[in-house]
Amino acid sequence: MTEISLQLTVGPLLFNWAPERIRDFYGRIADQAPVDRVYIGEVVCGKRAPLLDHAFSDAAERLEAAGKQVVWSGLGLPALRRDRKAIAALSADQESLIEINDVSALLERSGPFVAGPLLNVYNEAAARELMSRGCVRLCANVELSLAAVSAIAAGCPGLEIELFAFGRLPLALSGRCYHARHHGLHKDNCQFVCDRDLDGLDIRTLDGRDFLAVNGVQTLSHGVQLADIPPSELLRAGVTALRLSPHTADMVAVARGFRAFADGRIDAVELAAQARAAGPPGPFVGGYLRGVAGLQPAGAQ
Amino acid sequence: MGSIELVCPAGSPAMLRAAVEAGADSVYCGLRDDTNARNFPGLNFSPAELSDSVKWAHDRGAKVLLAVNTFARAGASDRWRASIDAAAGTGADAVIVADLGVLAHARDAWPDLRLHLSVQAAAGSPEAIAFYARAYGVRRVVLPRVLSVEEIAALMREIEVETEAFVYGGLCVMAEGRCALSSYATGRSPNLDGVCSPPEAVTYTEEEGGMVSRLGGLALDRYASGEPAGYPTLCKGRFAVDGALSYLFEDPVSLNAMSVLAALRRAGVTAVKVEGRQRGKAYVARVAAAFRAAIDALDAGEDIARFEPLLADLAEGGRQTSGAYRKTWR
Repeated sequence: MTEISLQLTVGPLLFNWAPERIRDFYGRIADQAPVDRVYIGEVVCGKRAPLLDHAFSDAAERLEAAGKQVVWSGLGLPALRRDRKAIAALSADQESLIEINDVSALLERSGPFVAGPLLNVYNEAAARELMSRGCVRLCANVELSLAAVSAIAAGCPGLEIELFAFGRLPLALSGRCYHARHHGLHKDNCQFVCDRDLDGLDIRTLDGRDFLAVNGVQTLSHGVQLADIPPSELLRAGVTALRLSPHTADMVAVARGFRAFADGRIDAVELAAQARAAGPPGPFVGGYLRGVAGLQPAGAQ
Repeated sequence: MGSIELVCPAGSPAMLRAAVEAGADSVYCGLRDDTNARNFPGLNFSPAELSDSVKWAHDRGAKVLLAVNTFARAGASDRWRASIDAAAGTGADAVIVADLGVLAHARDAWPDLRLHLSVQAAAGSPEAIAFYARAYGVRRVVLPRVLSVEEIAALMREIEVETEAFVYGGLCVMAEGRCALSSYATGRSPNLDGVCSPPEAVTYTEEEGGMVSRLGGLALDRYASGEPAGYPTLCKGRFAVDGALSYLFEDPVSLNAMSVLAALRRAGVTAVKVEGRQRGKAYVARVAAAFRAAIDALDAGEDIARFEPLLADLAEGGRQTSGAYRKTWR
């Protein structure tokens, strides 16, 4: 048994779900999921935010009432004036812990923050720069290997380290909306067609191999990250928390599986079995953590 | 209204000389390692070559900008600091940097060294740009290739640093520095290694239905026999969505923003930049000469439409786009 236990968090919802689905999802997380912290808010496309703000606020209240720590997450690639205002408003609340996903948010920030995985932090010197500005936790960029994460942790005493442990990997952001492009629409008049694909739109290679998933301006992996590395190894590398990224899969079951895995009650094979039974949108991958191509299978497969 | 500075790529000392002789005001280059975003075999400068090239360029009134624009590898930041120190030691006119830790080193160790923010930092908002200016003294920002001319003009009214905009060459369709597609498929990416869609992961195989180009074993495009096969850059591949094949992210086109040069100048852009350190001295000589002529014509108050077709045959895949500079691209 390890003395220090890994925390579990739920990452921000990346997809354009309907308000009622958002309320139901977080209601279930609040009541049933063994997670410590939930990140909430729109991080992919600022156009969606006005439609979803109420649902996120309701969800935040519900989560806090259930004893979960709620951390609001900021946009990854602000494009419109409205996006910039949203980031400025988030940053201006210096008392609350927030998650930052774009450098824009650093300008007026003096309060504590989590550096999100969409920020480019690849080394201990960059992480220390952020720590000097209030960063208390880094959710590692998904490209980083566990060895790189370990080097960052070693060079940044006191910095909490979160690992993207479950979900399709956020690989890219663009100024162009691929959902709109696929449907023959213009980004400025997109009709919010990204709401049709609750886990993203599957992209195959021309010979039919599953590869990526499109989510508006974001491109995700088709494969689902599964950080099935033994908890003792994660703790040794300085990891303090595991992030589970929301999908239509049974996220309560995923959280229970990871809790049992982190507590040493089940092994990696059983974790994969439970996570697979929850209905993920693709096969498990885990190459990045081993320093190889991200689409390589997770270890226990 | 002042003239626009023409910034051209140099993958070798010979290419640097070709660029300057063809009319580049500035050239940018990298050292021969993973501290720059064109870390290809046979490309780039040794510290001694950099030193000689800086002297050569300065004698001709041209500037040399050193790209140290990848993200330092965890546990190995020394190499990135050494590249900054080399730039400062050889009298390079500026360093082009993306990484927060590398910026901090440059600011602290070489307070007089001019800092340009690399496009890899993807700073496209006034707040992000103001942060880099305030925290590190960044003097110029290379703009992400996701902004329209109108957005650049609006941005210029809200920032106090110089801007540099890409006008020719390869076109990233993702926000630069915010894309891990290449490492997902191959293990190597711009942010990790300074390469995208690395050559060692590329194969071409003759199959039923034509020649198939692959990256990391993933089929990215198919060409009929006799059709020239393009390089399988990941985001320019053909993909299947709902059973239909398309160039989902971007057609195999390259950027030529000659048609918006006047608008960029009116917007207050300080410099325009040509991509392609990997493309050799014949390429840079032609592109530099065409843009030199166009900029000089603009300065003389002339129309520049006649320069637009000059570079058509140089485009990768033979086709060109003005990219995000026109809003319809999105």
